[in-house]
Amino acid sequence: MSLDPARDPLDVDALLDDPKTRIVVCCGSGGVGKTTTAAALGLRAAERGRTVVVLTIDPARRLAQSMGIDSLDNVPRRVKDVQGGGELHAMMLDMKRTFDEIVEAHADKERAEAILSNPFYQSLSAGFAGTQEYMAMEKLGQLRSRDEWDLIVVDTPPSRSALDFLDAPKRLGSFLDGKLIRLLMTPAKMGGRAGMKFLNVGMSMMTGALGKLLGGQLLRDVQTFVAAMDTMFGGFRKRADATYRLLQAPGTAFLVVASPERDALREAAYFVERLAADDMPLAGLVLNRVHGSGAAELSAERALAAAETLDASGAPETLEASGAPETLEASGAPETREASGRAAGSAENLEASGIVDQEGGKVGLRNSSEFEAPDSPEASGSSPSTSSTEDTGSGSGSVSGSTSVEQLTAGLLRLHAERMRLLTRERHTRDRFTALHPEVAVAEVAALPGDVHDLDGLRAIGDRLASTRS
Amino acid sequence: MSRLQVVSGKGGTGKTTVAAALALALATEGKRTLLVEVEGRQGIAQLFETEALPYEERKIAVAPGGGEVYALAIDPELALLDYLQMFYKLGGAGRALKKLGAVDFATTIAPGLRDVLLTGKACEAVRRKDKQGRYAYDCVVMDAPPTGRITRFLNVNDEVAGLAKIGPIHNQAQAVMRVLKSPETSVHLVTLLEEMPVQETVDGIAELRAAKLPVGRVIVNMVRPALLDEAELELGLGGTPRTAIAKTLAAAGLGGARGAAGRLVGPLLEQASEYAERHALEGAQRAVLAGHGLPLHELPLLADGLDLAGLYELAAELRAQGVA
Ligand SMILES: Nc1ncnc2c1ncn2[C@@H]1O[C@H](COP(=O)(O)OP(=O)(O)OP(=O)(O)O)[C@@H](O)[C@H]1O
Ligand SMILES: Nc1ncnc2c1ncn2[C@@H]1O[C@H](COP(=O)(O)OP(=O)(O)OP(=O)(O)O)[C@@H](O)[C@H]1O
Ligand SMILES: [Mg+2]
Ligand SMILES: [Mg+2]
Repeated sequence: MSLDPARDPLDVDALLDDPKTRIVVCCGSGGVGKTTTAAALGLRAAERGRTVVVLTIDPARRLAQSMGIDSLDNVPRRVKDVQGGGELHAMMLDMKRTFDEIVEAHADKERAEAILSNPFYQSLSAGFAGTQEYMAMEKLGQLRSRDEWDLIVVDTPPSRSALDFLDAPKRLGSFLDGKLIRLLMTPAKMGGRAGMKFLNVGMSMMTGALGKLLGGQLLRDVQTFVAAMDTMFGGFRKRADATYRLLQAPGTAFLVVASPERDALREAAYFVERLAADDMPLAGLVLNRVHGSGAAELSAERALAAAETLDASGAPETLEASGAPETLEASGAPETREASGRAAGSAENLEASGIVDQEGGKVGLRNSSEFEAPDSPEASGSSPSTSSTEDTGSGSGSVSGSTSVEQLTAGLLRLHAERMRLLTRERHTRDRFTALHPEVAVAEVAALPGDVHDLDGLRAIGDRLASTRS
Repeated sequence: MSRLQVVSGKGGTGKTTVAAALALALATEGKRTLLVEVEGRQGIAQLFETEALPYEERKIAVAPGGGEVYALAIDPELALLDYLQMFYKLGGAGRALKKLGAVDFATTIAPGLRDVLLTGKACEAVRRKDKQGRYAYDCVVMDAPPTGRITRFLNVNDEVAGLAKIGPIHNQAQAVMRVLKSPETSVHLVTLLEEMPVQETVDGIAELRAAKLPVGRVIVNMVRPALLDEAELELGLGGTPRTAIAKTLAAAGLGGARGAAGRLVGPLLEQASEYAERHALEGAQRAVLAGHGLPLHELPLLADGLDLAGLYELAAELRAQGVA
C-alpha cells in the first residue's frame, strides 16, 4: 500500500502499552506533524487504557477546539468522547503564564510583583528566543512531579531545528546566570576586593556606555530586574538541568517526527545523532505524510505513455495556448499542461469551469501571462482568459457532456504519474536516511487528504502509526 | 512601488525563497536591489549556493537584463557595535563590551533593542543616497521573521517606548518607525494553501493592520498543479461506469479490462477522490485569503526542489504577475 516498510518497523502500541513508558517526547523540524502526532499518540494510549496527559504547543485552532483545550489557562483539561478505559487530559502551553508562575513560586510577593511589572521581564518572557522551549521543559517537569498521569506525551515548539528543544533551555539558563548578569548584580558586594578592581573598571565603563546608549532609566530598569531576579537565577539553571536529566531517564522515549523530505530528514538525522551523544533514549522515527498508491505496479512512465496514447486516439481537437474561451471547457488541454512545464497551467481549465476563484487562477507559467497587463495584480484577475467563467457557470451537465471517458482516463493516469513520482522521491529520501541510521525503527504515517482536526482524524493517524507492517 | 519590501509568513512556507525571487524580479532591467537577512540563519547564502555572508553588502546575483542583487546578513551584535562606534567612537571600549557579553546582553535580553538595530540598518539602506543624490538601491527586500513575530518586530517603536524612553536608541526607533509606517514600506505575507499557514496569515494581516503597518500582498507558494479539471472529477467520481474506464485503460495498452487494467480502476479513482478532497480544501483556503481585499499571487511548487534556475523561474513569475 504505502512505501515498503523500512527494515525495522516501530511498534507504537508496544511502546504506548508498556507501563514503564512514562514520557514520550515528539520532536522534529517545523510543520512536520509533531503536534498532530503527539495528540494522536495521547489519544491512542488513552483508548488503550492509560491515563494520559498531552502537552501541546500552538496546536491548530480547530484541533484545539475539538479537544476542548482552546482556552489558555495553562492547566490540563479532560478530553471528552475518549473511548475505552483510559483517560486523556490535554493542555496547551502558555509560555508567559508558565514563566510568571515560576516567578510567583520562587519570589516573595513584593519581589514577584517587581519582577512581573519590569519591562525587561516582559520582554524576556514574551520574546526571548528559547523561552518557549524552556517553558515546555518546565511544564513537563511540573506535570511529571504531580504524578497524576501514568503517561505524559509532549509536543515541542515549532522551530526550524529539532535540536532547539534540547539546546534552548540551556542557552536561556546560561544566559540568565551568565557572566554579565553576575557582574551587573555584584558591584556592591565586590567593592573592597582589590583583585576585582579590573572588573570594576570594566563594569563602570560598560554601564557608562550602555547607559549613554540606552538612556539611564533603561539601565536602572535592567539593574532592578537583575537584582529582583537574583534569588532565582541559579534556580533556572538547576531546573533546566533537572528536566534534562528527566529526559535521560529510563521511562522517557523520544520520537523524531519528519516528513519524507530532504530537509526534514536531515534535521531528523542530526537529532538522532544528538540523542545518542546525550544518552537520550530514541524510540524511533515517525515518517509522517507519506504517500502511497494502490496501483504502485504501474510506473509513472507507463502511465504517462498510456495517457498520451489516449490523447492521440480519443480527444477532440486539443486546445493550444491561444485557444478561444469556448473550447477551453471542451478540452482537458493535456498538451497545454505538458507544454507549460513543471507547474502546468491547467489553471485555465479550472477557471473555465468556474471552480477556482479568479485570483487563484494565476498558478503556473502561463504562456500568455507575459502579455497580461502587469501593472496591477487585480487587473489580471479580469484578464481575457478568465472571462469565460460565465460561459459555464454551474452548467456541469454541458461540461461533463463534452469530456470523454478517454480524457477522464488520461487525467487519472496523469494524476497517477504524479503520485508515482512523488512516491519515488519520498522513497529515495527515506532510503538515504535508513542507510545512514539503519538502527532507527520507523513508523510510516500515510498522508491524509485533508487536515487532521478532530478526534476521528487523530484516531486515523493513530491507526496508521500503529499499523506499520512488520 | 514601495522601496522597502518586507517578506514574512509562517515558518517554512518560503519566506527566504520568495524574498530572493522578489529581489531578483525587482532588479530586472538594470535596477539594483538589496536582499537583507535578519535572523542570522544564512538562508540567503544557502539559497544562492555561496559561502556564508559577512556583515557586508555584496553582490550575489545578476538579474535578467543586467540588474544586480546585493545581499546583506545583518548581525545584531555587529550592528550594535557599528552603532556605538558611529555615535561614541568607542573603539577598544566597544571590544571590551563585547568581551563582557554586554552586547550579547543588550541584544538578547531586550529583543526590542535588537529589532531596532535590525530594522534600523535596513531603513538606512533604504534611505542611503550616493553623491549624485540617487538612491543607492532601487529597492530593499527583507527576509523577515515569521508571521507570529513580524508585528512586534516592525513595531519597534512600541516595544522600545517601554524600554528606552530617551537616548539615541529611542531616537533611532522613532526614525525607523517613520519609514516603516509610510507607503515607502510594504509587508508581504507568504503562505501555503493549508489551514494553519492561512490562519496565521489572516491573524498576521489583522495584527499588522491594527499596528498601522502597511500590508502589501499575499503570496501563495508551492501551489500544486491542477491535474484533473472539474469536469473530469465529476465524470470520474460521479457516474462513469468502472468498466468503461477499465476498457479505456486496456485500450491504452495497460492489460486486460478484466485483468491488470481492471485492477487499476479502483486505486486510480481513489487517488482522484483524494485529489478532489485536497482540491476542495485548497479552494476553501483560497476563498479565506481572498476575503481580505489584498492582491493574491500564486507561485508554483517546483516539483524537483528549488535550485538557482528555479529561483529565476519564480522571479519571472512574480514579474509576470505584476509584483515587480
Ligand atoms: N498524516 C497527515 N496527513 C494529513 N495532514 C497531516 C498529517 N499530519 C499532520 N497533518 C497536518 O499538517 C499540519 C501541520 O501539522 P502539525 O501542526 O502537527 O505540525 P507541527 O510539526 O506541530 O508544526 P509546528 O512546527 O508549526 O508546530 C496540520 O494542518 C495537520 O493537520
Ligand atoms: N515554490 C517552491 N517550490 C519548491 N520548493 C520550494 C518552493 N518555495 C520554497 N521551497 C523550498 O521549501 C523550503 C522552505 O523554503 P524557505 O527556506 O524559503 O522557507 P522559509 O519560510 O524562509 O523558512 P524558515 O521559516 O525556516 O526561514 C526550502 O527547502 C525551499 O527550497
Ligand atoms: Mg506544532
Ligand atoms: Mg527563511
